[in-house]
Order: sequence, then structure tokens, then C-alpha cells
Amino acid sequence: MQNDSWCPSAAIEIIKARAEKLRTIRAFFSERGLLEVETPVLGRGGSTDVHLDSLSLMATTPSGQERLWLQTSPEFHMKRLLAAGSGPIFQLARVFRDGEVGQRHNIEFTMLEWYRPGWTLTQLSEEVDTLIRHVLANDPGPTRWVRYRDLFRDALGLDPFTASIDRLRDEAFRIGNIETKEWTRDDCLDLLMSLVIEPMLGRRGIDIVIDYPASQASLAKCKHDEDGSLVAARFEIYLNGIELANGYDELLEAEEQKARFDADNKARMALNKPQVEADHHLVAALEAGMPPCSGVALGVDRLIMLALDKSCLEEVVAFSSRNC
Amino acid sequence: MANYSTNEFKAGLKVMLDGDPCNIVENEFVKPGKGQAFNRVRLRNLMTGRVWERTFKSGETLEGADVMDIDMEYLYNDGEMWYFMKVDGSFEQYAADKKAIGDNEKWLKEQVSYIITLWNDNPISVSPPNFIELEVVETDPGLKGDTANGGSKPAKLSTGAVVRVPLFINEGEVLKVDTRSGDYVGRA
Repeated sequence: MQNDSWCPSAAIEIIKARAEKLRTIRAFFSERGLLEVETPVLGRGGSTDVHLDSLSLMATTPSGQERLWLQTSPEFHMKRLLAAGSGPIFQLARVFRDGEVGQRHNIEFTMLEWYRPGWTLTQLSEEVDTLIRHVLANDPGPTRWVRYRDLFRDALGLDPFTASIDRLRDEAFRIGNIETKEWTRDDCLDLLMSLVIEPMLGRRGIDIVIDYPASQASLAKCKHDEDGSLVAARFEIYLNGIELANGYDELLEAEEQKARFDADNKARMALNKPQVEADHHLVAALEAGMPPCSGVALGVDRLIMLALDKSCLEEVVAFSSRNC
Repeated sequence: MANYSTNEFKAGLKVMLDGDPCNIVENEFVKPGKGQAFNRVRLRNLMTGRVWERTFKSGETLEGADVMDIDMEYLYNDGEMWYFMKVDGSFEQYAADKKAIGDNEKWLKEQVSYIITLWNDNPISVSPPNFIELEVVETDPGLKGDTANGGSKPAKLSTGAVVRVPLFINEGEVLKVDTRSGDYVGRA
């Protein structure tokens, strides 16, 4: 054990520069008339997303011992505010994802999330682009909107929507050197995205990827693209091979939301992953009526890492998961 | 042995892969914005020395490998096996076969300490010290005074290794040699 293990993982100058960037972000939203909100870190519902591992704890509440979930994103609570008539809101939230530790991952991280009632996904993606440019010190180069499908066509010569499952498994096997016989389409696409496509994104400027497979819609609406395929109305923004933000044309239908929660928990069961309590308050809020809106989550630590020309999240957070 | 999940993978961890013990060299966690997370892992196969690059779905597990590096003194060769003895006072002996010795036969000298890698208590590889002192048993006669022009000649050492040495070296001299490169370093 080194005796300097108590030290912050980021240098004090970096912590000062980080504070400056956070002030820049708050000023950006305040000038644009968004309300800053704070929502609970602990909730009765957690994220059912099959690929997110939520942390939970037992708490003593007026109704006795209850399991509360550390939020993987402030989305559910913020949507309840929107349904209650908050208007455009933003939050710098602490969120938690179990097991995610690496150069660009930390179990606990800062997420900037904001919602724009009445805005289209394109409008919102332009605003994210503006914010990113505002926070970065240097010009990252031009912005490109590119379809998920075209990325796969260009990089791998396959159409992610129409290629056969065998073709996808072969390709994933070739790239990952991993047994893919039992894999789903999305498993294969996720591997190819992570290992082949992501590293190439955002190298000449800011890349905004749109029109994801509908199976990867998460909490976004689905629509038909120009080729007639059902796609998720989502975007992700990349810079320097790093995913910075994830935006949705938000799902509004309570029934559909409930069905997706249930499907997630079924999929979790099949993978021997623990069941997560779905947020019935969100379903009720959607029933009451949430205004049509676009929303986005942005990894603040990653953006600050790029803005300060660092290569590792540890260098821009006071204490990383390794020495917290 | 215990099983290790991808989130316990770190450099130096010994695991079983495709039936061979491997040493994890590097582990990188990658995840698309939404979706399945993966670990890109570089492992050195301890049987062959080859480095493998493999991808795992995060959360998958590998069985740990019972691998230990132990200091042992070289004793002798009986024509088939090479015998080593622990230097911890136990005098416990291990026999290594040709596969475990590999190319290192030419660096084996009695009473010198080597690192023996044991898998399930069997030697699978032998690492010589970085530098070793060996006697010249065969070389052309030394040329007196010819120390400046940098010429070299082959010299056979007591273990059978042949190294390039300066022209002034004579039979019977003890040399210091770098076992990693096989280069002559100097007179011992």
C-alpha cells in the first residue's frame, strides 16, 4: 500500500478548472431560461435497463425497511417534474452504475441532464453541440449528423437492420475473438459498435449518431426512417472516440413505458440478473400527461476530461472509485 | 480455484483460458452508450508465451489458474529432466521437462537461482536471471592489444551457449552475459 493513497486522484489545479467549467455550464442554461433542479439520488424505483447494474440499499422510512435504489440517471424524477408543469429544466446530478470502472467509467459520476418541452430531437442535438463547443477550450472541428446504419455500412459493409443474424455473429466473432453462437442481434451490434465504430467517431469533429435500431430505443420514441425501417428517435454524440451524450425524443405513452419496464425485467430474469423495482410514479406521471419533449444526458466528467486535455476520468474527479 | 468475474480482472491475475493458464496483461472496460458492456483483455498464455487478445461480455467469469512463481536453484540434468530445488530451506525438488525449459537450457548453471513457474505444482516455465556469469570453454586464441577496433568472435560457454565476444577474450575467462539478449556484457 502506497502511503499517498489518501491523495485526491485529480490535481488541485484541475479541480479548480473543473469548478470553472461547472460555472460555465450553469451560466449557459441560466441564460437560456432553464430551471436548475435537484432530484433524489435514492428512489423507490430503479433503472430496469438490462445493461445497467443498479445499486440499492435498505433504508428505514416511515413505512419501515424499504429498498431504495441509487439512481442511474435523474430521468424518472425529472420527467415527473415535467409532467407537473416545470417547463424546461436541467440538473447536474450524481448517478451510480455498479461495476463500471475504467478509463472512461467510474461507478459514481456527474451527469448533466436537461429537457426541452416542445423541442424536436434535432433542435436539442444542436443545443448539445453548442454547449459542448462552449465548454471546450479549442474548436473540435465541424459537426456531422450520421445514421447508425450508414456507420455500419461504411465501416463493415453490412446493414445493421437487414444483415442476417449469422452474418452479425460471424462479424462479432471475427472482431472480438469471442464465442457468439448464442448472441442476439443487439449483442453483436453492441460489440461492433464498441470495438470498431466508436473508436473512429468524433475524430474530425463532433459526430452525432442518429436513427438507432428500435430494439435499442430504451426510453425514446420509435419512428420510421427514410428507408422504411423502424428506428429509435435517439442520438448519441461522440468526440475523440468518446460517447459524450445520449438524447431521446421522449416516450410519452404510459402503457408503452410500462410494457418496456416489464420486458426489461423479463430479459433480466433470463440473464439471471436481479429484478429492479420499476418506477410506477413515472408511469402515473405519463398517464397524467407529460408534454412532448426532447431530453439528453451528458457525461460531465468526460466532457471536462476532453476540455482539459486529459485521457482518464480519474484525472478530473476529486476521488475516483479506486480511492474513494 | 475460485472463479473471477471480468470486473475482478487486473494485470497479473492468473486465469484458465482454452485449457491453458494465462496471465492477464491488460483489461479494458468498453461499453456503447446504451447496451452490452465488454471487457477487452490481453492475456499471455503461460504455456506458449503467446499474447492473446480476447473480448468478454462484462460479468462473464474465468476460472483462476493455480500458478506460482518460485525461486529455485538448478541442480542437474539426468538426460531427460532438469531438476531444481526450492531455496526456502525445504530442499523440495521439482523436475522440469524440455517444454518447460524451452530455449533456456543454454543458461542453466548449477547453484544459480531461477524463477520456476508452477502450474498445479508442475513447472511450466523457467526464467533465468537477467545476467549470469559463465566460463568460456572454447574460442579462438585472444589477440593481445586488439581492444580498440571492436572486432568480435564466437565463444562457447560452459552451459553450451555461444555468444559474440571481443577478440581479446581467452578460454577459461568468466564472462557476464545478458540472458535476455544473449549479449556479452563484460568480464566478470
